[in-house]
Amino acid sequence: MLTIQNYVRPETLDEAWECNQNRKNRILGGMLWMRLGRGSINTAIDLCRLGLDTIEESEEEFSIGAQVTLRQLETHTGLNRYTHGAVRAAVCDIIGVQFRNMATVGGSIWGRFGFSDVLTVFLALDTAVELHRGGIVPLAQFVTMPPDRDILVRLIVRKTPGAVVYLAMRNQRTDFPTLTCAVSDLGGAPRTVIGARPGRAMIVPGLPALPVGQWSQDAISAYAEAAAAAVPTGSNVRAGAAYRSHLCSVLTARALTQLGGINGWN
Amino acid sequence: MELKLTLNGKRIIEEIDADLLLIDFVRAHGCKSVKRGCDTSGCGLCTVLLDGTPVLSCSMLAARADGHDVRTLEGLQEEAADFVGFIAAQGADQCGFCNPGFVMNTIALLRENPDPTDDEIRAFLAGNLCRCSGYDGQLRGIRAYLNAKKREG
Repeated sequence: MLTIQNYVRPETLDEAWECNQNRKNRILGGMLWMRLGRGSINTAIDLCRLGLDTIEESEEEFSIGAQVTLRQLETHTGLNRYTHGAVRAAVCDIIGVQFRNMATVGGSIWGRFGFSDVLTVFLALDTAVELHRGGIVPLAQFVTMPPDRDILVRLIVRKTPGAVVYLAMRNQRTDFPTLTCAVSDLGGAPRTVIGARPGRAMIVPGLPALPVGQWSQDAISAYAEAAAAAVPTGSNVRAGAAYRSHLCSVLTARALTQLGGINGWN
Repeated sequence: MELKLTLNGKRIIEEIDADLLLIDFVRAHGCKSVKRGCDTSGCGLCTVLLDGTPVLSCSMLAARADGHDVRTLEGLQEEAADFVGFIAAQGADQCGFCNPGFVMNTIALLRENPDPTDDEIRAFLAGNLCRCSGYDGQLRGIRAYLNAKKREG
């Protein structure tokens, strides 16, 4: 059970940051994961007065406030147009509408959870996070940083021309994913991200280059096998490591095939 | 801390503990339709509408509802009465425990999307668990309600 002594709604990021320097205090995201834990929080810090609950779209980028809910990601027209619905696909099976109305993108990304659909899809895009003190950091770098007392302010997704496909395997529709997969083509070689390994999502290193227009079935199969070989998988209650590695090659091949279709169509 | 909110149209000002959950607050105010099914944010039984948006009251601090409008099934009897008969007519309610959460989320669905497809109904209600049925009765009931509404024009 979680106990909380005080609840505050800071008016500025500086105020929130100061309050968060005390190790007994915690910033609230959607509070959905946090409440399943045990322990005692001195002061719970709610960022609701900082105007971080909107998605702003400009010609160059999307600016996604940390308090934006997963449901907002799911229903945002511009973000889903740019990603061909991949962002919607990544969040639409997370528990239920009520849950997604509460879970925040800031909470999902800050937690760097192994099971995160959200982290998987944003790693496949040209994404950076803005930290209040740490400044703007590429998401791929952020996921390797140890948790500290900074505040995640927003996500920045640059509108690099390209396409992205998101796929996940679930044992049951609204369960945690058994494996997540996002493949993007943002110019140059495709980028493949695998998550719920069950470890944290990672950009798969060392994959063969696949030049545009040369995505034959053989080339896709070889690429998918290379991805499965390069991604460490493990076993837990949802699946064994060997099954996950198999899923890795199947989902990667399917995502690449879809991506090839999107590219050809455009 | 002092909490000010509107619960089913009634203004309430009350001193609360920081870790009081919204479910315990509304139940203390007589809204016993709001129940704990799983207590792990997964079953949808504790659904309330916060400014019209369905949320899980078992997972929200009452403090976070400060300044907002909270509705439970007790305050939405008329809107629920429109369609619950159609669901009951399909024999969808067996033990009935999941019913309040189902009804609350169906209200939210129909407000947002008055003419949903079967897939849209399934997707919107996926976070409401029922241990007795296979969900088909609820789906048939909502479909029958939508069809009846269309016939009325």
